[in-house]
Amino acid sequence: MSLKIDMTVEVGATTVSVDIDAPAGQVTALLGPNGAGKTTVLRCVAGNVAIDDGVIALGDTILDRPPDTFVAPPRRGVGIVYQDHLLLPHLDALDNVAFGPRCHGRSRSEARAIAAQSLERLGVGALARARPGTLSGGEAQRVAIARALASDPNVLLLDEPLGALDAGTRTEVRRDLGAFLASFAGPAILVTHDPIDALALADRVVILEHGTVTQTGTVAEITSHPASRYVADLIGTNLLRGRGHGTTITTSSGATLTAADPLDGPVLVTIAPNAIALHRSEPEGSSRNRWPTTVLHIDGFGDRTRVQLGPPIALVAEITAAAARDLNLFVGDAVWISVKATEIAAYAD
Amino acid sequence: MATVTIAFFALPLLALMQRARWSTLWSDLTTGPALDALRLSVACAAAATALSLVFGTPLAWVLARTRMRGRRLVRALVLLPMILPPVVGGVALLAAFSLNSPLGGWLHDALDIQLTFSPAAVIMAQTFVAMPFYVITVEGALSHVDPRFEDVAGTLGAGPLAVFRKVTLPLIAPSVAAGAVLAFARALGEFGATVTFAGNIAGRTQTLPLAVYLRLEADPPAAIALSFVLVAVAVFALVSMRGHWFRT
Amino acid sequence: MIRLHTVATVALLLVFGLWAACGNDPRARRADSELGGSILVSAATSLTAPFTQIGQNFTRAHRAVDVQFNFGASSALADQIVAGNSSDVFASADQANVTKLDDAGLLAGRAAVFARNRLAIVTKPGNPEGIRSLADLPAAGVISLCDLAVPCGKYAAQALEAAKVSVPEGRVTRGQNVRATLTAVTDSDAVAAIVYASDAKGAGARVATVVLPDSKNVIAVYPAVTLKAARNAMTAKAFVAFLRGAKGQRILKEFGFLAPA
Repeated sequence: MSLKIDMTVEVGATTVSVDIDAPAGQVTALLGPNGAGKTTVLRCVAGNVAIDDGVIALGDTILDRPPDTFVAPPRRGVGIVYQDHLLLPHLDALDNVAFGPRCHGRSRSEARAIAAQSLERLGVGALARARPGTLSGGEAQRVAIARALASDPNVLLLDEPLGALDAGTRTEVRRDLGAFLASFAGPAILVTHDPIDALALADRVVILEHGTVTQTGTVAEITSHPASRYVADLIGTNLLRGRGHGTTITTSSGATLTAADPLDGPVLVTIAPNAIALHRSEPEGSSRNRWPTTVLHIDGFGDRTRVQLGPPIALVAEITAAAARDLNLFVGDAVWISVKATEIAAYAD
Repeated sequence: MATVTIAFFALPLLALMQRARWSTLWSDLTTGPALDALRLSVACAAAATALSLVFGTPLAWVLARTRMRGRRLVRALVLLPMILPPVVGGVALLAAFSLNSPLGGWLHDALDIQLTFSPAAVIMAQTFVAMPFYVITVEGALSHVDPRFEDVAGTLGAGPLAVFRKVTLPLIAPSVAAGAVLAFARALGEFGATVTFAGNIAGRTQTLPLAVYLRLEADPPAAIALSFVLVAVAVFALVSMRGHWFRT
Repeated sequence: MIRLHTVATVALLLVFGLWAACGNDPRARRADSELGGSILVSAATSLTAPFTQIGQNFTRAHRAVDVQFNFGASSALADQIVAGNSSDVFASADQANVTKLDDAGLLAGRAAVFARNRLAIVTKPGNPEGIRSLADLPAAGVISLCDLAVPCGKYAAQALEAAKVSVPEGRVTRGQNVRATLTAVTDSDAVAAIVYASDAKGAGARVATVVLPDSKNVIAVYPAVTLKAARNAMTAKAFVAFLRGAKGQRILKEFGFLAPA
């Protein structure tokens, strides 16, 4: 049951008009600047805002098709997780999570059993009797995810779910959320402005700007072929998976990188394209990471040039147009690249 | 500056306390008309508070949450009794519900109900002046509730009524309590609208403020002492919700 | 943050308030003739209509004089004066409240009766309940009487007692002065009220008046007296004299009062 969102809605002065397909079992990330309409799309799917035109459908079930069909939020089977958890302050964690099952007609004890199970799955079973006010950000967000999960939703909407968390907590919650999303059978939509979240959690990315979709594709497609300067800046980064042993990281393709900070176990590595320097010959200096490679493709974005590089590690480098002229680059050229260890950003995966 | 202001409020109260006759307060209060008046006051003020809760809460919701046309006008209308001299409010109630008015006449002819000079009229007069305090308090609280709480509850399967009962109401509970206390205190002290609309019948429509006023003619020190019963209730009400005004 | 125009508005209100408070103070004016200055007359509520007119006539006769009135139940006024309200003249609807001030040593002379008044029953226009006498009151609806502490309430109680009529207290609404007592009939739903004949006359077509025969009636006497605290004793005395003079008497009669015995 994929989620089809083909809608137009006017909210205040902005019109949001998008056509998005979110396949079942996949996470579709919605990226875009503030005010692009990301949250509006979520609110329309949840039924908190009625669309003006178009259709929102889950498989064969029409959720909203003006003027004749509008399914009220309680009957949509949509679970939502907001950035600021929005746990009800007058209920403890368990009753917050039990809220959904209770609304669906479960008895109090049944609902609490489901809630306890849900909390357990998110690793916060011990906090069942805690009030939201006493929970840390990460704990509260896990409870909020457990709450969305406990209603057994058909669709999951995540609005900046990690946005309010500090870096350390963020990594942990991201990993658990990823594990949970991998087992979620329905379509999930993740609104974020953090490319790392999108790269780590999403299968597909939809870029939203000024209320319209400007690019759609898999994560790999978008990061390697951003359609605009904006997208390039937003998400056009290099994402690698690998395994860390101290400061050494072995990538999935077998290459080796040196990072500044030690990290053991599975890691997610990002390298900003503008942190990669290109040279005609082997560079001298302090860069720990350098190797020869081949130019596969060259894209110009005004005063910037994006250069796609081949094995041993597929990377995108971004240099100024002036530098590109100086290097006199052509597709097929052999070049050396160098990256400082401090530019290798590694996250536990 | 602040000291002067405090003195401005404290001085009359202290001067009044000094003029009151405390020795007979208990007997003044527990005998005859005063006790009847106190009982009537408390019962009617409680009823007026209950009416404010029942009818004021939906109104506050409409004012805070909907984009209904004429909302501002309705708000101004509801708040009018706060600035209208209460006696004028009483005259307005008479114009609407006395036997000479179309509605009051119909009530009498069709249902044999006469509102004027009845305890019901006391409750109406008190509700008229007290409900606005409740409505603005709760409206303010409602407009501060993040509507996404309600949205989330909706997606979890709660219908609009369940959302209001299980989410909105608990979130604004402190303000509901504060508004109710404020309305109760205002209703208890009501004089002008009551005496005009409900009259001054001992044991039937004579509330404590009316009794105090009449007693002021006959026995001022005793009347002043009685009025401190009202002051005490008001102080208790305001102290019990201290912090509320500052926190919201 | 406080906006500038808010500050300006508050300032304007303060200035206006001060102007209103000070500018209108009659005592700020200087007396410019033998009889001058301003006086404050505390008078029974039932005297509201004739005194307003008498005040105009008095100031027309004495251009430098300004008369201010403070109307209320005689008992309430007496309490105010005892408490330090600085009136120049007290005009009461009974002797008792004058005696109270005399006992307190606040009078600057002997009280002079300037008018009398009778009681009357007023009902809704057309007298729909068919009330003929005091004896009909207990069987009617809500009856409006003055509070027992004020003169008109005492007089009404005397009349009812003399007629051996008792209205259950649960059907009596008590007005804090004769005006309020009358209003319960004219504007609200009281069936009848016992008020002064002068008030019944003043209410005109808004009420029907049932005259009480002299045998069943109580005659109220209205004494006026200059107070010791008077700041303008000359003018105060002149005003009391004016009440008893031809012009004052004519106006009082017009409003339904009786001449002093």
